[in-house]
Amino acid sequence: MAVKFEVNGKAVEIEVEPRLTLADCLRHHLRLTGTHVGCEHGVCGACTVLVNGAAVRSCLMLAVQAEGANVVTVEGLSRDEGLTPLQASFRKHHALQCGFCTPGMITTAHALLSEEPDCDADRVREVLSGNLCRCTGYISIVEAVLDARSAYKRGGTGA
Amino acid sequence: MKLPPFEYACPTSISEAVALLASHDGEAKPLAGGQSLVPMLAFRVAAPSLLVDLRKLADLRQIEITADGVTLGAMVRWREILDDTRLATAHPLLVAAVEHVAHYQIRNRGTVGGSMAHADPAAEMPGVAVTCEAQIAVTGKAGTRVIAASDFFVGPLMTVLKPDEIITEIRLPAWPAKRRFGFQEFARRRGDFALAAAAAFYDEDNGRARNAHVGVIGVADRPLRLPSVEAVINGQKIDDVLIAKAEAATSAGVDPADDIHASGAYRKALAGVMVERALKAAVA
Repeated sequence: MAVKFEVNGKAVEIEVEPRLTLADCLRHHLRLTGTHVGCEHGVCGACTVLVNGAAVRSCLMLAVQAEGANVVTVEGLSRDEGLTPLQASFRKHHALQCGFCTPGMITTAHALLSEEPDCDADRVREVLSGNLCRCTGYISIVEAVLDARSAYKRGGTGA
Repeated sequence: MKLPPFEYACPTSISEAVALLASHDGEAKPLAGGQSLVPMLAFRVAAPSLLVDLRKLADLRQIEITADGVTLGAMVRWREILDDTRLATAHPLLVAAVEHVAHYQIRNRGTVGGSMAHADPAAEMPGVAVTCEAQIAVTGKAGTRVIAASDFFVGPLMTVLKPDEIITEIRLPAWPAKRRFGFQEFARRRGDFALAAAAAFYDEDNGRARNAHVGVIGVADRPLRLPSVEAVINGQKIDDVLIAKAEAATSAGVDPADDIHASGAYRKALAGVMVERALKAAVA
């Protein structure tokens, strides 16, 4: 069936099977492979995208459910040149190693910091508990997110 | 795994949704937030022929607070409960329980009606509903009926809902301002399903508890209310000695089975500890 929505500011209209997840739609149909698919049942957080501003697991949403929605993927949180403050903070704090979980970490952290730029370490840990990282041990990721708060507090989008 | 094939419909009225469900001989399923149903599809545990998406049913999205209590539309998301500042006084136990529901991203999508219909024995909302004597309004092709939460759950992932019925509202009785309560949950990792959790509340008369309600999740095939523990509490002053009795009565009152996550003996002890901690939180 036909579905229309917006991805990273661009309108898209595609024909999909109802059973296609939003994650697979983004990756295979729209070639936005920054969204990673880890567990495919809502546990690992790698596929997190923003739907109407809220962080959601795109493997637990059907593409057809995105009808009319505004979807932002990790590609939409980057710049053509240079790093965003959130990306720069991840690099500064060595908040990634293999990088598989990073798109989900960035999208989740972006949603959190946009809503709660004053969040403390406990809140960052609570929110990131839905994103698995098998390399870093999380400490550097939490530090990177905390350090990026200033970019969001200044009224910036961080992106 | 990829999801099995199904048809998809997105009705704009409850009657249309019910007609769609009724037209598929019990093979159609309502889709609320999808945070339990989509994993079930991915595991191929469920393979409905039709998904009826309830997202356009705006009537199911309301949180209504009156002198009679709190009515949650079935499509109210966890996030909306946590963001509604009125609920801090209108139903603090509900808020305390919802804080334990899954993870941030799941709470942005998951719904109260979806959780009730899914009926996981370790899920918070069914536990709150049973403990608080909630009423569940459902609509099907035979019309609307209201079911007591205590009659709603019949086993793991099993309810009395008929294939053509959808939950429309969960009605929680009014919450007096001075009521004392606690909600305590233990899971191995934050956001995991509870190994056990307890909800407890009581009102006070001259320093003594009355109207005690105690419920536990994760220790049976459905959420349980524990009248034997409530009997220990009612009419008593809540102190450490009484709380120890309530803990013992809880462990004696549940008989969880062994499973891959924990032994039955462990969960039996844990349920007692959760009630102990919930009562300590209530007293504090």
